[in-house]
Amino acid sequence: MSYSLDPCLPLGTLEGAWERIQKGLPSIPLGKKNEIHIVVVGGGLSGSSAAATLAEQGFPVKLITYNDSPRRAHSVAAQGGINAAKRMRKDDCDGVNELFEDTLRGGDFRAREASCRRLAEISSSIIDQCVAQGVPFAREYDGLLSTRRFGGALVSRTFYARGQTGQQLLYGAYQSLMRQVARRRIELLPRRDVIEFIKLNGVIRGVVTRNLLNGKLEVFRAHVVILATGGYSNVYFLSTNSMKSNASAIWRAHKQGAFFANPAFTQIHPTCIPLGGEYQSKLTLMSESLRNDGRIWVPKRNYDKRDPSGISESERDYFLERLYPSYGNMVPRDVASRRAKELCDRGFGVGHDGRSVYLDLRDAIQRKGSEEIKSKYGNLLEMYERITGEDPLSMPMRIYPAPHYTMGGLWVDYNLMSTLPGLFVLGEANCTVHGANRLGANALLQCLADGYFIAPSSINAWLLGQAFSASSREIKHACQDAMENAKKRIDNLINVQGEIPVDTFHRELGELMIKRCGIIRNESGLLAGLEEVKLLEQKFHHQVRIPSENDCPNLELEKALRVADFLELAQLMLLDALSRKESCGAHFREEYQTTEGEALRDDEKYSHIAAWEHVSGSDSIKHLENLSFNLLKLNKRSYK
Amino acid sequence: MIKRISLNFRIWRQKSQSIKGRFEYYALKDLSTDLSLLEALDKLNEELIINGDRPINFDHDCREGICGSCGFLVNGQPHGPKDATTICQLYLRNFRDQTTVTLEPWKVKAFPVIQDLVVDRSSLDRLIMSGGACSDDVGKAPDANLLKVSQDDAFSSFEAATCIGCGACIASCRNASASLFVAAKLAHLGQLPQGQSLRSERTSQMKQQMISEKFGSCSNNLDCEAVCPKEISANWISWMNSEDG
Repeated sequence: MSYSLDPCLPLGTLEGAWERIQKGLPSIPLGKKNEIHIVVVGGGLSGSSAAATLAEQGFPVKLITYNDSPRRAHSVAAQGGINAAKRMRKDDCDGVNELFEDTLRGGDFRAREASCRRLAEISSSIIDQCVAQGVPFAREYDGLLSTRRFGGALVSRTFYARGQTGQQLLYGAYQSLMRQVARRRIELLPRRDVIEFIKLNGVIRGVVTRNLLNGKLEVFRAHVVILATGGYSNVYFLSTNSMKSNASAIWRAHKQGAFFANPAFTQIHPTCIPLGGEYQSKLTLMSESLRNDGRIWVPKRNYDKRDPSGISESERDYFLERLYPSYGNMVPRDVASRRAKELCDRGFGVGHDGRSVYLDLRDAIQRKGSEEIKSKYGNLLEMYERITGEDPLSMPMRIYPAPHYTMGGLWVDYNLMSTLPGLFVLGEANCTVHGANRLGANALLQCLADGYFIAPSSINAWLLGQAFSASSREIKHACQDAMENAKKRIDNLINVQGEIPVDTFHRELGELMIKRCGIIRNESGLLAGLEEVKLLEQKFHHQVRIPSENDCPNLELEKALRVADFLELAQLMLLDALSRKESCGAHFREEYQTTEGEALRDDEKYSHIAAWEHVSGSDSIKHLENLSFNLLKLNKRSYK
Repeated sequence: MIKRISLNFRIWRQKSQSIKGRFEYYALKDLSTDLSLLEALDKLNEELIINGDRPINFDHDCREGICGSCGFLVNGQPHGPKDATTICQLYLRNFRDQTTVTLEPWKVKAFPVIQDLVVDRSSLDRLIMSGGACSDDVGKAPDANLLKVSQDDAFSSFEAATCIGCGACIASCRNASASLFVAAKLAHLGQLPQGQSLRSERTSQMKQQMISEKFGSCSNNLDCEAVCPKEISANWISWMNSEDG
């Protein structure tokens, strides 16, 4: 059964809607703000920026992170850049339309139009904000900001700081955050995992955390909880995410009533360093900005084991340039990944296991000189060499797609509030602007749009209508319930005392998910995947081994709590992939493709966001947010 | 071609700050040299868990050298033998077969041990807190292109800003000085027009905080620069010393 959802869209024309709303917003008196408690979970780009901004506005904020410092959050690893529609010189057009259209088209028309429009409209002020914080973006000779081109775009609008843009943006937000910590507007609560939510009369009222140093369960009451906890690519075990990135906070919120939207929309990034060998713990991304200068190819003959230098020009298949003459190597990520996988499956792959393709800088080096290439991509090239032991300036790099980003996440309305009143979700953790495939350099943009601008304003507006009348006895009860649930889950896991370490289960889950719900999916595989995950989940709860000491750091328990949630989330991903009987963006169902092997959408039936409601002891219920497109008409995505 | 290697590990084990620690010995045989050092520790931990022992605790997260979480001494050297490399990017091909590798936590007063190889580096957060920011609140920023920055200044500022806050510079210094960490932050903000308004205030506050956190004074040995995984130049320390504040 399906129900439809109201995303609270703005009234009137979409152009300029956000600005109109801002002008009409009354503000909360400062004295009132002091009595509101806001808990932010996650110290990455969206969490830090939201916490800093809310504190600047006068709210007392608590920030919870599993890291020892917010500066470690995974946003730090974003390499390439941040998109913005910014007028650079007097006669330029502002580019808002183009960014809006590329975002919507890049997401294959499965994102909410109003949110994409707003993202493009506020993008320019984000760059201003970052520069004011001291983010050292690359500059042109005349001292103006410099941009480069990214996949899925025909214009150059990506601002960058070498290959470390995420790091620099995060430090900007982190420094603003620490300024507020110094002023005692923000309390920093590091080395804690959120493992349960406090809910009263259907409204979120706080979180239960586990202190990772001493195992203590702690309660933090709140009037507003912000989840900025990132994505769930680690469901695949091997991904480009940090080792500890996890879905537990959003999954626990989902089980308390927050709907989970489009869980099957996961992005497999085309340019990652291929798998090395046994016990490998993660995959490393090479920024797709490399596709500006690198040409992607495989040998024309399959099972060609020759050294790349021995393969002449006429024996090389630059397959993206061949298949997509206008975008070439700059096609969006989903397209590049799928084409690489197909060729490897057919025996054209290179490397010791045939599971990679070449990304070749040779022509760019000949044209521009190795100095220029080094200055553009220095740290990326060094990283590649450290990991593989091969020099990318003298031989082509080998790359292969790896799980990277999750477009799905908790469903939020236009104001970033989930279906649980008081729970706001930001950044990769929500499901808003990226549709079925995220455009390169839009992740950082979305994080900062959510954190600096949208959430602070929406939260103000929401608070104006709230009374918070619950008695302290009721709240106390709700806290106790949440504590007990958390304690029970921990005890159950520790008490198994089986013989298999957590990582073994996680690795197995990952292998299964990449096979069944990875770059290419089909019905029989997804059905088999569901059975396999259920079995694995049972095995996990009967055979996992966790050291029982819980009054000091217990890494295995941390991991087990996360993997237990991944095992549940994986089933919802498979279910969602099964129920979306079309191909769109990164969700490629083998059964639904054009004769040329491109994704075949079914706009009649699937022009919606699927938001799943958890029902205890029964099947999840699917709700629909139907999508309509007014500014940009639905059309076939083509990068030919 | 995959090469194999066998290593003996001598690892500092300490259950908590209040309990005395000691070295324990572990042998790992027949490992692929394409394994990273941390992946070798993952493997060792799996064996420990199966045997009912407490796994070795070490900080890590991104495993691509950018988050700054990892960091301990490898044979006495912060981040180990390879230049410009964090521990997570250290592969077994950087070690010799059949040797003993000693792993121990940063030995710095301002970084108390939490467990095994994990230390508390919150003093670095407090250094940033004391003044490592610009002053503008959200919504008040002028057009970014109004402030022109030359390519050289932007790049020089960026280079200083790449510090990942791992603490290796401090762990390598015989005085446990945080001079390079602080100088890098001052140089990042002090070279940009937007960092000018608080420039001397920032310098004096951060210097003062270094003293209150009990970091030592610069030992002038340049070990900090040698171990910095981001190759931040110790020249910034002289630059800092010529700053007002």
